[in-house]
Amino acid sequence: MKRIYVDEKWCLGCHLCEYNCAFANSGKDDMSKALKNVKINPRIQIEEKDGISFAVSCRHCEEPLCVKGCITGALSVVDGVIEIDKDKCVGCYTCIMSCPYGAIMPSDDGVVQKCELCLKNSNGKPACVEGCPNRAIIYEEKE
Amino acid sequence: MSKYVIIGNSAGAIGCVEGIRSVDKDGEITLIASEPHHTYSRPLISYLLYGKTDEQKMKYRPDSFYKDNKVKKMLGRTVISIDKKSKKVLLSDGREVPYEKLMVATGSVPFVPPMDGLDKVKKKFSFMTLDDAHKLEKAITPQSKVLIVGAGLIGLKCAEGINDKVESITVVDLADRILPSILDSDGSAVVREHIESKGVKFHLSDSVKSFEKNKATLVSGAEIDFDILVLAVGVRPCVSLIADIGGKVNRGIVTDDECRTSIEDIYAAGDCTESHDVSSNSNKVMALLPNAYMQGETAGINMAGGDAAYDNAIPMNAIGFFGLHIITAGTYEGDCYVSREGKSYKKLFYKSNRLKGYIMIGDVKRAGIYTSLIKKRTPLSSIDFDLIKEKPQLMAFSRKSRNEFLAK
Repeated sequence: MKRIYVDEKWCLGCHLCEYNCAFANSGKDDMSKALKNVKINPRIQIEEKDGISFAVSCRHCEEPLCVKGCITGALSVVDGVIEIDKDKCVGCYTCIMSCPYGAIMPSDDGVVQKCELCLKNSNGKPACVEGCPNRAIIYEEKE
Repeated sequence: MSKYVIIGNSAGAIGCVEGIRSVDKDGEITLIASEPHHTYSRPLISYLLYGKTDEQKMKYRPDSFYKDNKVKKMLGRTVISIDKKSKKVLLSDGREVPYEKLMVATGSVPFVPPMDGLDKVKKKFSFMTLDDAHKLEKAITPQSKVLIVGAGLIGLKCAEGINDKVESITVVDLADRILPSILDSDGSAVVREHIESKGVKFHLSDSVKSFEKNKATLVSGAEIDFDILVLAVGVRPCVSLIADIGGKVNRGIVTDDECRTSIEDIYAAGDCTESHDVSSNSNKVMALLPNAYMQGETAGINMAGGDAAYDNAIPMNAIGFFGLHIITAGTYEGDCYVSREGKSYKKLFYKSNRLKGYIMIGDVKRAGIYTSLIKKRTPLSSIDFDLIKEKPQLMAFSRKSRNEFLAK
């Protein structure tokens, strides 16, 4: 299955992935309208320190502790992609306790959010990858 | 003859179905449970009462689950005994169901200690099941004065669930702090203050000496008027099916890493079991939903002839009250690192080069990075511990580890 991979040696720390993620998931069709004066809460987030930076988003694990631990059944694996049913989620944060990468986070609407590879939004393919100027984030099938 | 028989219909049982089906697509599965309902998430009953979920959304698996997984369900039926020699279970209606492999996921029931005058109280409730939630919901009115005995997870979730629908809530607990099983005194005080700000009153280090119909007298002498009583003192694992046939039982049914009981071809999962906690290197009852699912799944894989072990279980809890989130995990021993900021509180416990446990209140972002350090027993010398103390982050790991996490 195609997954997102991050190579920190190419990451510029420009945070464009975060903006592209927030825009793709905003449901709006104009980036400036979607993001102007908004404190973004993207599903991919940059860590940076002393000249090192890298993006972290859901790894879509084959052994998904978030899905197995989910108390409501809101998290599930659909064709290899870990999806969140925000309608079923109650925001108990058991998945935040379970994810070894810290890749699931509280959403702005009282539940949780995570990367779903932009397959459910209008972008249709990962916006973070498309917008990465240095190919530090790639979307491909590996062995 | 059913190849697999599962007793129970909650996380352990559902994990077992999914574990079996990951190996054996067709072997006949019969699932027997006392409750008549489609599988639902027990911890959601408090969310149901305050309207954050509904009965459809709180189903733990979709409506088509049993059909999709070819499960023959016998709901509303109770297993009263196991015949381990002829390998069958006996139901209260006299029927017998033979098995090749059996899963016991019987959960736990509320424990009610003897209390003087309890029989005089007309409106008393437990808070464990969907039916309990419905009964409580029907009984309360905006004028209700509710007394909850027990300031643990169940009692306080109940308080949160009904707080907006009743006149008052008073909680009594023998312990000197709320949530004593998961919080230290400082953390407990932070949460208590928050819950008190929503109007809930506490009587701690105290207990009920006697009940009248609508009044409780505490050991301290305090008197509390109430019309609704919720008993949430604790729970007791349902071990009798296994204890009755000579299976090994301590506080819970003893299971190994493969989730087998001491009796051949019988497995167990969830709140009825006790198993190994790698954070304290001891056996204990770890009654929490993710644990139940993992045990059930592991057992299911093994029942179907696969090879699975669940060998990194730890106690852990994610819970929130009135918008204040709490995540805790592991065991509280060793040296401590504490940080506080506003309503956020964090305490890390570490010993012998390992993170042993943590408490996070308020800001719980990325807590799973800490959980993983405990479960994997990662040597702290292999990461930048000062950095990760500050906040959970992958930056604290080596470049090689980060590469494995993110680029592979």
